[in-house]
Amino acid sequence: MIFEGKAWLFGDNIDTDAIIAARYLSTTDPKELANYLMEDIRPDFPSQVSAGDILVGGENFGCGSSREHAPLAIKGAGVSCVVARSFARIFYRNAINIGLPILECQEELSDLNNGSDLLKVDLEQGLVTHLRTGKIYKAEPFPPFMQDIINRGGLVEYVKSRINDLK
Amino acid sequence: MDNDNRTDYGSTMVEKILAVKAGKDKVVPGNLVNTKIDLALGNDITAPVAIKEFERFGIDKVFDPEKIVLVPDHFTPNKDIASAEQALLLRRFAEKYKIKHYFEIGRMGIEHALLPEQGLVRPGEVIIGADSHTCTYGALGAFATGVGSTDLAAAMVIGEAWFKVPSTLRFEYEGSLPKWLGGKDLILYTIGQIGVSGARYRAMEFAGPAIAALSMDGRLTMTNMAIEAGGKCGYIQPDQVTFDYLKGRVSVPYEPVYSDLNAAYEQVYRYDITNLEPQIAFPPSPDNVFPVSKAKGTQIQQVVIGSCTNGRIEDLRVAASVIKNKRVDPRVRLLVIPATQQIYRQALEEGLLTAFIDAEAVVSTPTCGPCLGGHMGILAKGERALATTNRNFVGRMGHPESEVYLSGPAVAAASAVAGKIVHPEEVL
Repeated sequence: MIFEGKAWLFGDNIDTDAIIAARYLSTTDPKELANYLMEDIRPDFPSQVSAGDILVGGENFGCGSSREHAPLAIKGAGVSCVVARSFARIFYRNAINIGLPILECQEELSDLNNGSDLLKVDLEQGLVTHLRTGKIYKAEPFPPFMQDIINRGGLVEYVKSRINDLK
Repeated sequence: MDNDNRTDYGSTMVEKILAVKAGKDKVVPGNLVNTKIDLALGNDITAPVAIKEFERFGIDKVFDPEKIVLVPDHFTPNKDIASAEQALLLRRFAEKYKIKHYFEIGRMGIEHALLPEQGLVRPGEVIIGADSHTCTYGALGAFATGVGSTDLAAAMVIGEAWFKVPSTLRFEYEGSLPKWLGGKDLILYTIGQIGVSGARYRAMEFAGPAIAALSMDGRLTMTNMAIEAGGKCGYIQPDQVTFDYLKGRVSVPYEPVYSDLNAAYEQVYRYDITNLEPQIAFPPSPDNVFPVSKAKGTQIQQVVIGSCTNGRIEDLRVAASVIKNKRVDPRVRLLVIPATQQIYRQALEEGLLTAFIDAEAVVSTPTCGPCLGGHMGILAKGERALATTNRNFVGRMGHPESEVYLSGPAVAAASAVAGKIVHPEEVL
């Protein structure tokens, strides 16, 4: 899978309350959740982000609560991929399980303009390209088992295929 | 991925539990394993998403109706129509699939206080919950970790979950806790030392003389907040305190598991806590921790005593002992939320609720409520709260421009009386 999109920059320890505040958790609809994405830390963000965009985080992206509404809100906004230096583990699991592409890139993406510069992300190769500077960053590739979940579009399809294999 | 050079070492408690439940002789950090699970938990926020995903499997039964627990505790008693619809989804699912451990309002408590109390958590088990504070159950020597809704859905179908075996950080606490301090101060101190990602992907083993001397309520507070350091789980190896707690609650046999003496830890931290002051996490992060003297005099408008972190009977006893025969400062609203019905009743019988009500506090039925800014005590713009809860992120308890400080119950009760953050000694 290869994505190309505008990069939106976020700092370290972006928590799931920031991604989607608890007051919006009485719905499970990704499109509706997307209307409030990052609202408490960046009130204009829901109107700025558009389909295909890429979120770029620092360390420990998605820390805090286990709410799957967080990756769902990101997916609902049409974000194609999240690149971060590291992810909090429940967010990491959740993103893979719902088929939201993420990539852990230890190298800091430098000289990146928020909301204008374009990134190209190659998920299988684990490569992130800064299209303006041409610089290529190497990310952690997924273990084959997780790649398999991602390729099938999430955990539900993966488990279904395992159940069928057992029959 | 496998750290083969470590095979000469023994195993930690978590490595052993995961090996047993995955049907393997031994696992090491980095291994990916599929394990049987002993219990899967969901609440009124996470289970509705899980139920939607469950339906996509097209399978009309759950793997074991006795091993699924559903607790509508977050937005209940329902705060609005939307949350009532969510709770209704749980209720219908529980009826349809004959879920044995569904806890309706009136029997319900905050999940992580409720499950241990009801004897649903046992040493040596693998427990997953679609709630990040599921790590609480490590206090009883279980491997327990938070997952998302889709993980819960899959577990409800196949009774299994996948894990990457975590490496383990060991924390040893020397000395004995000064008066007015408890498990909350130990865990806040620890998070302050290692940071919110200091234990990311890792297991946290709590040990040492101060842990041996800690009550089960204090231990549950500590393991509860392992997630605030990014931990996959936090645990305390079973001892007499554990067995005493389990007696009368658990009737099925269980097998305690212990770390080998030569277990390989990624790192060992040693803290002498003899001179520790009560700890406070300043906004907006649980690792922004300072001794209470640094927060002294900070004006507050609300105090919350409750949550899965500090809503247990011992917490209420400590708070009541501070507040008895005193009054909450007229500029402060004090909310006391016993974490379960049993705790509520016990607090009533011990006269604790009378002490709170006489002090002009609000006493609520069990709910997560204000901890996550759900209901029952939302903050307005510019307001500041001191809470015994677990998170103080931006907007956590209400308006994005409100603030939350975190503490243990003694400091919280004393500060409610003083109208500002103080050491308990200052109001006694």
